[in-house]
Amino acid sequence: MGTITSFLTRTRGRGRLHFTDIITYLYLILGTFLMFGPVVWLIFSSFKTQAEIVKFPPRLLPYRQETVVVEGYDEPLPLYLVTLENGSTAELAQVRRIGLESQLVDPANPDEIIKIPIDQREPIEKVVFSFDNYIEGVESFNFARYLRNSLIVTIFATLLTLLINSMAAFALAKYHFRGREAIFFIMLSTLMVPLSVILVPVFLVITTIDWNNNLLGVIVPAAATPTGLFLLRQYMLTIPDELLDAARIDGASEWRIYAQVILPLAKPALAVLTIFSVMWRWNDFLWPLIVLSRSEFFTLQIGLNSFQGELNVQWNLILAMTVLTLLPITLVFAILQRNITTGIATTGMK
Amino acid sequence: MAVQSSEKSFREVFIQLPSNTIDFFISFVDVFLSAIQRLVGLKGMPYVFVLPNLLVFGIFILFPMLLNFAYAFTGGSEFFLSERPWVGTANFDQLLTCDNFLDPNTCTQDRFWRSIYGTMSYVLGQVLWMVVISIITALILNRGIRARGFFRSVFFYPVLLSPIVVALIWKWILQENGLLNGIIVSLGYEKLPFLVDAQWARFWVIGISVWAFMGFYTLILLAGLQSIPADLYEAASIDGASEWHSFWSITLPLLMPTLIVVLVLALIRAVQVFDIVFAFTGGGPGTATLYIVQYIYDNGFASPNKLYGIAASASLLMAGTLVVLTLIQLRFRREEV
Repeated sequence: MGTITSFLTRTRGRGRLHFTDIITYLYLILGTFLMFGPVVWLIFSSFKTQAEIVKFPPRLLPYRQETVVVEGYDEPLPLYLVTLENGSTAELAQVRRIGLESQLVDPANPDEIIKIPIDQREPIEKVVFSFDNYIEGVESFNFARYLRNSLIVTIFATLLTLLINSMAAFALAKYHFRGREAIFFIMLSTLMVPLSVILVPVFLVITTIDWNNNLLGVIVPAAATPTGLFLLRQYMLTIPDELLDAARIDGASEWRIYAQVILPLAKPALAVLTIFSVMWRWNDFLWPLIVLSRSEFFTLQIGLNSFQGELNVQWNLILAMTVLTLLPITLVFAILQRNITTGIATTGMK
Repeated sequence: MAVQSSEKSFREVFIQLPSNTIDFFISFVDVFLSAIQRLVGLKGMPYVFVLPNLLVFGIFILFPMLLNFAYAFTGGSEFFLSERPWVGTANFDQLLTCDNFLDPNTCTQDRFWRSIYGTMSYVLGQVLWMVVISIITALILNRGIRARGFFRSVFFYPVLLSPIVVALIWKWILQENGLLNGIIVSLGYEKLPFLVDAQWARFWVIGISVWAFMGFYTLILLAGLQSIPADLYEAASIDGASEWHSFWSITLPLLMPTLIVVLVLALIRAVQVFDIVFAFTGGGPGTATLYIVQYIYDNGFASPNKLYGIAASASLLMAGTLVVLTLIQLRFRREEV
């Protein structure tokens, strides 16, 4: 009993390794495996050939059969390790396969054809990380265009969110005015009602102002986030009013007080909202799915969804394009992970 | 002038240029807003500051919410409201007509009820697993472990992945000839129909959504755990309290406010689940993983004859449910304080 309890309560002191510590590290290692494993598996799989990808049971590394160019044949021929009738083995290139019989030649002596049953040969393979899937994939998956759209949406939506949310939060935190409580209450109450519930009417509004197939239709509607407003307002409440009064005595306009006194002081909260906004917008799915129907306006997520829905698209290509899609956010996370996790943990939930 | 060094031009591009642009932007806007301030006075300025947010909010959230009522009471498949005939409560009647509410087969809109029961079972399972696993992970991360920052990031990483990427990664692992079946077969068992069987599909929808979101809740719970003062535990151990006891009487009660936040957030998000399931199973097999937002999406945007009225009424019913959930949460909070 005592061991379980010490496991559940706070940290044990330093010193020798207790068996609860072992369980802890086992859990963490298993967790690391479960969290990263699927992504690692995806990345390895994305380098596999069409033939390797349908192989069962699957292998971790992307194997590829070795080939050799033989005089007299246009295409490179696949290499096999063959057990000959006299018991010796040789590396031979397969010319063709007829039923259960394989016809092979010795690359050094291409005139003589050796016929053996197929179960006496084994493919010679090596691990190759080839970018063929990526090169072939981007022929129909317009990565550069989707990336550009995703970047435009993420950057401008985040800037807009930061600007209008912080302006409103400033007013709600630092002024007393008629209607303040009402505005705050109405905005917060919609925190619970997501865009997905009012799909049809928002789509009507978007259609009426002709923002279909326009990145503005993805950027603007969700910019007035109640979450961001709440977060910034709570943070700005902690900034002392004396600072504002001092700036006013110095003759600063209200806009300058907001932009040059309040905003620099609210940086931690702004940073958290930036992280949230980038995450929301980069990964946004339902909304762009409805607003954007022409592929030239697709974001990465919508592009990937339509790519996987297309007929006759092979898994190896889908996997390669999935890797391309998760690469940018993974790089950002690898660089900023500490700021992101501490930011959300400390300011995010106050 | 001397030739500029490359270092200087780097500074110019990445540090001075943006800050100059920002300064310019501030001064530029100041010209207008100072003029407005002279016009409306100090008392009028807060309205100027809330205006942009309020406009976007009003046009794209509040106004559509009102429009939603209009859609819910009109019929036909016309998109523009002026062309839609008023049908009263016909949409709601259609949605809510069942011989036996426990059996979706007897309902006029059987898919609606299937999606409701599906959502309910998803929400129960997902929130339960999510909270339990997040708490365990947070407790473990809160112990005196090495490389805590690294492990915290490990569990957080999937949160950043987009729903469609998560869905494709797991579809790839769980498909008939995928990694998991490969492992199962190499252990000497039969392949399992993870994506074809209704029960398995429901299980994995919960599984991958927990995998994708648990890092976020773990982070919040960990912050909650770390805000519990360490001297409380010291005092308790001096008083002779067992560690089991101090978990129940210190950790759990002091974590309660954070836990409620996590519970409510998880609940609201679970009710709204769409994208990850849409990309993973598409609601299938059959209607096994058809949830309420997808039902709305299907009726309004995916089906050949668009039933906007049905979609709007269904979303009103869903919004109603969310409001009730929120009220319950507010009540909890009041009791807490």
